[in-house]
Amino acid sequence: MCLAIPGKVEQIDTAGDVRMGRVNFGGVVKNVCLDYVPEVAVGDYTIVHVGFALSKIDEQSALETLELFRKMGALEEELASEDETFARAADQPQSACPDGSCGTGKDLRTGMGAEKEASK
Amino acid sequence: MKYLAEFRDGEIAQRMAREIHQITTRPWKIMEVCGGQTHSIIRNGIDQMLPPAIEMIHGPGCPVCVTPLSLIDKALAIASQPGVTFCSFGDMLRVPGTDSDLFQVKGHGGDVRVVYSPLDAVELAVKNPERQVVFFGVGFETTAPANAMSVHLAKRRGIKNFSVLVSHVLVPPAIEAIMSSPENKVQAFLAAGHVCSVMGYWEYPPVAEKYRIPIVVTGFEPLDLLEGIRRAVIQLEKGEYNVENAYQRIVTYDGNQEAQRLLAEVFEVTDRAWRGIGVIPKSGWRLNEKYREFDAEERFKITGIHTQESPLCHSGDVLRGAIKPAECPAFGKECTPRHPLGATMVSSEGACAAYYNYGRFISTEELATAGK
Repeated sequence: MCLAIPGKVEQIDTAGDVRMGRVNFGGVVKNVCLDYVPEVAVGDYTIVHVGFALSKIDEQSALETLELFRKMGALEEELASEDETFARAADQPQSACPDGSCGTGKDLRTGMGAEKEASK
Repeated sequence: MKYLAEFRDGEIAQRMAREIHQITTRPWKIMEVCGGQTHSIIRNGIDQMLPPAIEMIHGPGCPVCVTPLSLIDKALAIASQPGVTFCSFGDMLRVPGTDSDLFQVKGHGGDVRVVYSPLDAVELAVKNPERQVVFFGVGFETTAPANAMSVHLAKRRGIKNFSVLVSHVLVPPAIEAIMSSPENKVQAFLAAGHVCSVMGYWEYPPVAEKYRIPIVVTGFEPLDLLEGIRRAVIQLEKGEYNVENAYQRIVTYDGNQEAQRLLAEVFEVTDRAWRGIGVIPKSGWRLNEKYREFDAEERFKITGIHTQESPLCHSGDVLRGAIKPAECPAFGKECTPRHPLGATMVSSEGACAAYYNYGRFISTEELATAGK
C-alpha cells in the first residue's frame, strides 16, 4: 500500500480549496492533490500515493545516484582475470547482442528491466 | 517511464550484487520493513542475487496484514448496515474477517466501493447526502496524509455524512518492538523509503543508537534495494550503526513538513493492536478530539464483536520475521490467494502472497542445494 509512483505534473489548478494537478504516469493521467508539495511546478516530477503528491523528485540527486551505480563494480571488471571473465560469461545466457545495444539483451539476461511499469 | 526504468537496469544490478559478494565476510540478517520492498525483492529475485550469507527477513510493513481482526470485523459490520456506503482501497476486499470479507458483504447487497483516493470518498459523501459514507483508513505514515486531508476537508466543508474507520500504524515503534523481542534475529534495517518521504528520518538516529543497528532509508526499485543492502552490509562489516539515506532523490532528513503539520493537526498517538503481533504501545494514530466526530468507531458504536483467527494460519510468525511463508504448513495448501486464511496471503504487499505469486514454494537454501 505504500507504493508511490513517479509522474510528471502537466497542469496545476488552484481554483478550489485544494491545489490539484494533472499528473502523467507514462501515459495515464490522473487528478492528484498537490497541497503537500507547494514547491512543485508544471514540468516537475513527483511521487504520488493514493492521489496525493508526497515529494518532488530531486533530478540532480537521481542522476548522481545512477552515475554512482553505473560506476559500481566497474573497477572490479577492469581488473578481472581472464578466468573470472570466462566464469562470468558462462553464467550468462547466449545473446545475439552482447553489448546490449539492440535493447533486448539486457532484459533476457536477468529478467529485469522488462518489468511492466508499476501501477496501483 | 522516467525514474523507474533506469533503476531496474539488469546489468548494473549484477555488478552491484557482485560488489556485495566481495564485501561480505560473515552471515548477516537484514530486515526490509516495508511489504512493497518485500514484493520487489521476491519479484526481481534480489534475495537470490545476494551471497548465501545474507538473509533478508521480511518485516511487518504491510498495513492490510497488520490491521487487527476486530477492526476488520467492525468494518464488515458497518459495511453491512443499510444506508452505509463503505469505501476502501482494493486490497482490503478479500482480507478475511472472522466470518466474512468485504467482497462477500458486497455480494450480499452491501454498498461497498473501491476508491483510488480518500478524496473520492469525500466526493461520494457530497453527492449522496442521504447516505453515510465511511472510508476504511488503513495505512502507515505514507497513507496518513491522504486520510488526514480527507477528514480536514470534510470538517472545513461541513460534510456531516462522512467518517473514517482509522487504523493507522507507525514504523519506528514496530522497529523497536522487533528489536526488543527475545527471538529477534535482525541486525540491520532497510527503512521504508515512502514512509520517510513523509516523515523524513529524524526519528531514527535514537533507535539506531539504542539498539546499535544500522538503518538505511531505501527505495523500491531493484537498484535502490541493492544499494540499501550494500550500505547496510558495509556498516555491519565495520561494526557501525548509523542512519543513512540511500533514497536521496525522494527523501530528505526533515521529510514533508506540510504533511507533518496536518498529521499533527488531525491525529494523536495511540496504542495499536497489530494482527499477528499484539499490542504495540504508541504505535498508531487516531483522530484527535477536534476531529473525533469523523471517527466511524464513535459514530457507529459497534459492539459484541467476537473474533477468531484461523488456527492453521501462522501469519503472525511471518510478520515478525520468525518464519518464511513457505515454512507455514498451510502455505499453498489450505491457504492460497483465492482462499486466504490470513491477510499476508491477500494483500499486494503481504509476504505470503509474494511467495505464492512468484512461485517461491521452497526456501532459497533448498533451492541452492537442489540438484547438487
